[in-house]
Formats: sequence, structure tokens, C-alpha cells
Amino acid sequence: MAEVSLRKASKSFGKDIALADVTMTVPDGSFVVLLGPTGAGKTTTLRLISGLERPDSGDILINGRSVLGATPAQRDVAMVFQQYSLYPHMSVRDNLAFPLRSPILKTPEDEIRRKVAEVAEVLRISGKLDNKATTLSGGEMQRVSIGRALVRNPSIYLMDEPLSSLDAKLRADLRVELKSIQADLGATFLYVTHDQIEAMTMATHIGVLDRGRLVQFGSPRDIYENPVSLYVASRLGIPRLNVLPASVFGGAPYGAMTIGLRPEHISQGVGKPASVTRVEHLGDQTRLHLSLEGHDIVTLTDVHTGLEPGDHIAIQPHNPLFFDAGGARIA
Amino acid sequence: MSSYSITAPSSRQKWIAGTIVILYALITITPLVWIIATGFKSGPDSISYPPKVLFQPTLEGYVNLFTTRTRANAEDLAAMPPPETWYEQVVRDNGMVIAGPSRYGERFLNSVIIGFGSTFLSVFLGTLAAYAFSRFKIPLKDDLLFFILSTRMMPPIAVAIPIFLMFRTLGLSDTHLGMILLYTAVNISLAVWLLKGFIDEIPREYEEAALIDGYTRFQAFYKVVLPQAATGIASTAIFCLIFAWNEYAFAVLLTSGTAQTAPPFIPTIIGVGGKDWPAVAAGATLFLLPVMVFTILLRKHLLRGITFGAVRK
Ligand SMILES: Nc1ncnc2c1ncn2[C@@H]1O[C@H](COP(=O)(O)OP(=O)(O)OP(=O)(O)O)[C@@H](O)[C@H]1O
Ligand SMILES: [Mg+2]
Repeated sequence: MAEVSLRKASKSFGKDIALADVTMTVPDGSFVVLLGPTGAGKTTTLRLISGLERPDSGDILINGRSVLGATPAQRDVAMVFQQYSLYPHMSVRDNLAFPLRSPILKTPEDEIRRKVAEVAEVLRISGKLDNKATTLSGGEMQRVSIGRALVRNPSIYLMDEPLSSLDAKLRADLRVELKSIQADLGATFLYVTHDQIEAMTMATHIGVLDRGRLVQFGSPRDIYENPVSLYVASRLGIPRLNVLPASVFGGAPYGAMTIGLRPEHISQGVGKPASVTRVEHLGDQTRLHLSLEGHDIVTLTDVHTGLEPGDHIAIQPHNPLFFDAGGARIA
Repeated sequence: MSSYSITAPSSRQKWIAGTIVILYALITITPLVWIIATGFKSGPDSISYPPKVLFQPTLEGYVNLFTTRTRANAEDLAAMPPPETWYEQVVRDNGMVIAGPSRYGERFLNSVIIGFGSTFLSVFLGTLAAYAFSRFKIPLKDDLLFFILSTRMMPPIAVAIPIFLMFRTLGLSDTHLGMILLYTAVNISLAVWLLKGFIDEIPREYEEAALIDGYTRFQAFYKVVLPQAATGIASTAIFCLIFAWNEYAFAVLLTSGTAQTAPPFIPTIIGVGGKDWPAVAAGATLFLLPVMVFTILLRKHLLRGITFGAVRK
């Protein structure tokens, strides 16, 4: 296992800036999640670390040593690709064994058998080991490609949305499995996801990318509770952050243009009257869609609420987030 | 209209398509059947008019193909000990005795060495070059590719004289190596272009995954790209072999003895002891076999190769 750092790493493709001056350290044994909308540079970050792509400028360090001159094999990284790419001419078993048979690892066959069986068990693909890779379903392929990383013990695991094509239950199960594997091995993970639950439950650190720039790096709580900007605040939150003009409620600090309200920032019962437009019962939570002076607000309420569309309730902000005209956080 | 389908042909369409295919097959197969049949005819049967469709089959043509013979008069024949082999019997029935083996066997072997040798070399070099063109940044890539293709824009025989002189100077005339190099040079452009098309269609992600899994670029090429390019390699090999196998003009020009291939040799049979059409036909029939066997062995790949560019997964 190892510590991995980027130092002022930049990468452009023609005119597209994929990554700009990113400095970030993935500490040894940590689980770092990268967040950011499509095109933000998440995959590019992983590819720079793995050595599939060279930075235009800046440096990549593994355990303090620059690896710019090293091939992917020499960097000893494992990667789960966003487009899971199983070797189509091989069986699932051979796919999983492929990294172990590499000239670098040269694992003895009985150990390969043991490792492959163990990983297949964890990923629930034991029954498919002798299938051809091309006969699997999308979710099965994705698990095999996770397995191809897990059979190894690399300096860092790079995973690009590894659970994206799984059903909700399997996704939840594997989330727990991956996290416990990481904790047991003390492994270092750099993990891309769009899933808030994955990000919040698995991460020790979260890095938020905005058009190739790293805009905030910190613990999940920090990112959630103390976002540096409207952009970061909008990355997390279910239901998502409500953004209103700061003038809707009084008492905004000087320079505040917008106010960001998460459900926990909204007290119900006192304040301005808002009308209920919709009530969504999701089972474990109930969402309330409100309209306040023409602005839509989504918040949570009592699961067994008696509120109905057309009803009115009073709301007021409670320790909300304030942002200036440029989207930077001011309080 | 209940069984209407966009993709499945109607029975009427199938019927029309079937008729066309059968007609086309009849037209193309007729000369082939004619040659195979002639190989089993006797000399007089082979030139009878109207042509004989039903005839008494004989191996005379094949025996003549592999032997040289001299005419013997009836008394000498009668005085000889009885023939030891069936093929001696066949020759004596025509009033001749076997003088020795013909050169067909050697020429055939030359064809095999030169045909398969140049095919192997074309496909080997073509695959490496196609991979490089497909994956690496190469300065002037498009110009180089065009240059490679341009070597096929004239009939190769147009440069026969320079090649003849070059071969003489370099001592390559009438050598196996010379012919292998020549056919490889002609085939390589086809090989590079065909194979580049196939390799372009293999996603890079597979190699990237192999690089990450601890393999070098060459190992990734060998373990991941090659198996997936098998289809393309097989069909390219067939095209290369068919060209090298059938090539006639350069073979006539550049080979006469040691390295002479079968195509220039077969017509020389005509001169030996009258127009021996059955022997010529027998020679042609045997000559067809290796390419036929090779094509049948690889036909699964060939079919997919011809339709590449359509839906291929
Ligand atoms: N090989 C490439 N050639 C050209 N442009 C590229 C290439 N790879 C990435 N880019 C560009 O770089 C930017 C960042 O891409 P990247 O794949 O890192 O995004 P991402 O954050 O992984 O997005 P997603 O969530 O959609 O996977 C995009 O604008 C993309 O178009
Ligand atoms: Mg991506």
C-alpha cells in the first residue's frame, strides 16, 4: 500500500482542459472519493495516476517518488475502468487470473486458484467462473472487472464508478464488502462515484473537481457541512440543496446573493408561509415540495405527515449556507 | 401481415436469392468440374467432340503428370518382365515405359514453400505494421499509409524489368528467398491495410487493462490483441496465399530451375509427348487442393472477414 500524490498536475486534450493544476494527496490507507459532474476530469485523474496518460506538466508521486518515467505495470496500480473491459476471448476465471499471471507477479497456479475463488465468492460470481466473459450480464461484467483489481495487492486501487450498473441491493452489499476489504487490508483507494451514499459512507476524504480544478478536499462531513462554494454544496444532499435569492428571508449577511438550504436548514412551524405543492412518500422518508413566493423548495417532513397539497406551513432558515455573486461561500 | 418482419426475408425473396446463387455457382463451378473430370479421362476422351460427360475414368493423367516416359515397341514390351506396379501397367498399356519421375513434385513443393513462406512473412510484418499504424503516433502517418497502398496502384508486372535486373545483381534469381521476398513485397500493402482495419476495431481499453494488469505493451499485444485479431489475420492470410500461390508472370520470368513454382511448370507438360490434357488437368487439380484445404480450414474466419465493417462484435 502507498501514499499517492499529484503535484500541480495538468492535462489537456487539444483545446479541452481535462485537469488544471491539481495538487492532491491520497494518504496511505485512505479511501478517497472523487466527486464532480460529467467531464470534470475524474477519469483523467485516475488515468494519470495509472500511467495510461502522461500529464502535460506537474508530477505524480507514489510513496514520495516520481513515477512519471514508470510504465503502468511498474507503478503497480489496479484499476477498474468506467467501461468495464473484460478480455472477451477469455473465461471469467482467466480474466480474474490474468493480473496474477503477469510477468511481474508470476503467481503459482494453486495460489491463483485460491485467490480467484476467494474474490469470486466476495463478488458473488463463483457460479460464472467458467463462462466466457462475453456471455455475462452488464452487472456481472462489472463485478468481474472489480475482481480483476481485488485479486491483487497493489499500491493503490483506482476505481471508476465500479458499482454503477448493479441493482440497488447488490450495490449496497458490495459497498459494504469493498469498504471492509479496504479497512481490513489497510488498502489505499481512489474511487469515483456519483452516488452520495457511497461517497458519504465509504470515503475517509472527498475531493471535488470542477472543470479540471480541485475545488475542495476534506472529510465527508467537512464537504457536506462546510462547502467552500455553491458548486461543492450542490454535489451532496438528498434531496438536493435548495438555492434561493438571499433576499427571500431577511437577515442575510452583507454580500450574500443566494441562500442554500438543505432539509436540516429548514425549521417548520414558524416564519414565512409556503404552500405545499406535492407530498412524496418514499417509505423511509417523506418529501415535501413547497412553493414560497414563486420559488420551489424541497424538504423532508414526518414520515406519517398529514399534510396534503394546498396546505400551508410556515418555514424559516436555520444556520443556512450563504453564497456571494460568484458562488463562493460567505457564511 | 401478421408475420411481417423487417429483418427476416420473405419466402419469395429467399426463392429469388436462392435461384441467383445457384445459377452463379453453376457458372463458376463448371470450369472446375471440367478440369477435375479431364484429369480422370484418357487422352482420346479428353479431346473428343462433343465432349464426353460420361467416360471410363483412368489415372493415366496423374501417372503421366508424375513420370517421364519413352515409347517402346511391342516386341520390347512383350520381352520385359511383368510390371511391378499399377502405374507401370497404366503406362505400358499405352505402349510406353517409365523413364523416370517428372519434376512436378519438386515444383509443387516449391509452390508450398514460397506460397506459405511469403504468406507467413506478409501477415507477420503486416500485423506488426498495422498495429503500429493503428495505435501509435507516427509522423506523416497518413502519407505513409497512402504510400504503402500506392505500391498496388499499378500491376506489379509493370516493374518486371527493374525487378529482373535487381534480382540478377543480388543473386536472387531462381531462389526461394527471392520469390518469398517478392511476393511479400506485393502482398504487404494489402496485409497492412486489411489488418489495420481489424485492429482499429479492437478497443484500446483491452490493452490498457492489460498494461495495468502488469503486462508490457508487447505482451499486451500478444495476449490480448492478437487473439482478437485472429479473424482478420486468417482472412488476410487467405488473400495473401491465393495471390502468391497463383502468381504466374513473375514465376515465369524469375524462376526456371531450383525455385520454379507449379504455375509455370504445368504448361510445360503440354509439350511432352503430344498435348497431354489429362496430365495438365491432373496437375491443375492437385494444385488447387492446398488453397482449398487452407480456405476450408479458415472459412469461418473468412466469412466474418469479408463482412467486417458491418456489424461485428
Ligand atoms: N482521450 C481524450 N481525448 C480528448 N478529450 C478527452 C479525452 N479524455 C478526456 N477528454 C476530455 O477531458 C475532459 C475530462 O474528461 P474525464 O473523462 O476525465 O471526465 P469524467 O469526470 O470522468 O466524466 P464522467 O463522469 O462523464 O466519466 C472532458 O472534457 C473530456 O471530453
Ligand atoms: Mg469518467
